[in-house]
Amino acid sequence: MSEKTSDKKRVLIINRRAPYGRSNARDALDVTLTCGVFEMPVSLLFADDGVFQLLGQHNAADIGQKNLSANLAVLPMYDIEDLYVCADSLQQHGLNADELAHTVKTVQASDIQALMRDHDVVLTF
Amino acid sequence: MALHTLNQAPGNTTCLERCLQALAPNDALLLIEDGVYATLPAHAAKFASLYQIDCYVLQPDLQARGIEDSVSAPFNIIDDAGFVELACEQDKVISWF
Repeated sequence: MSEKTSDKKRVLIINRRAPYGRSNARDALDVTLTCGVFEMPVSLLFADDGVFQLLGQHNAADIGQKNLSANLAVLPMYDIEDLYVCADSLQQHGLNADELAHTVKTVQASDIQALMRDHDVVLTF
Repeated sequence: MALHTLNQAPGNTTCLERCLQALAPNDALLLIEDGVYATLPAHAAKFASLYQIDCYVLQPDLQARGIEDSVSAPFNIIDDAGFVELACEQDKVISWF
């Protein structure tokens, strides 16, 4: 987790929905990038169906959408590097952290309380 | 005979359960949109007890999500034209969403 460098509010964005089927994932990304532009410290947590956002090899052209995975990949350019994934959610869907397309820290469901406490604002998508 | 389409990710457990309960012999099940995530091996057991149900999954939605190579039995992969064909073959289409 990045250290507290300013009086800016620390934002935790929780991604709970699969990509593409609804707009939640894209909305979360828009808010994330907006926070990034204003140099607010942002962390992302992927849980429940949201862990599917972290899989690679997306090709959404045939369903008329833009590739969300490519957008996640550029987050480090905005100094957004605190990405977390819920281990229990991964297990529920039979996924391993090492098959994800993005560098994320694995947290247990029981750690999520602390993650929320460490941030000033929590937004759920 | 009916075609059941399901567009919810596996996290929406009630939607998936209600859909599976509603399936009758000779019906067809087609997973679309976020529903395609249920074809991952971790969820295969949910479909193991289906009897005389043809199971399909929509290819463009798999491709969008990068899971085309992870589809488990009993799902057949079809394209949009196959979707139309299925809908025409069956008496009605029932949407689970």
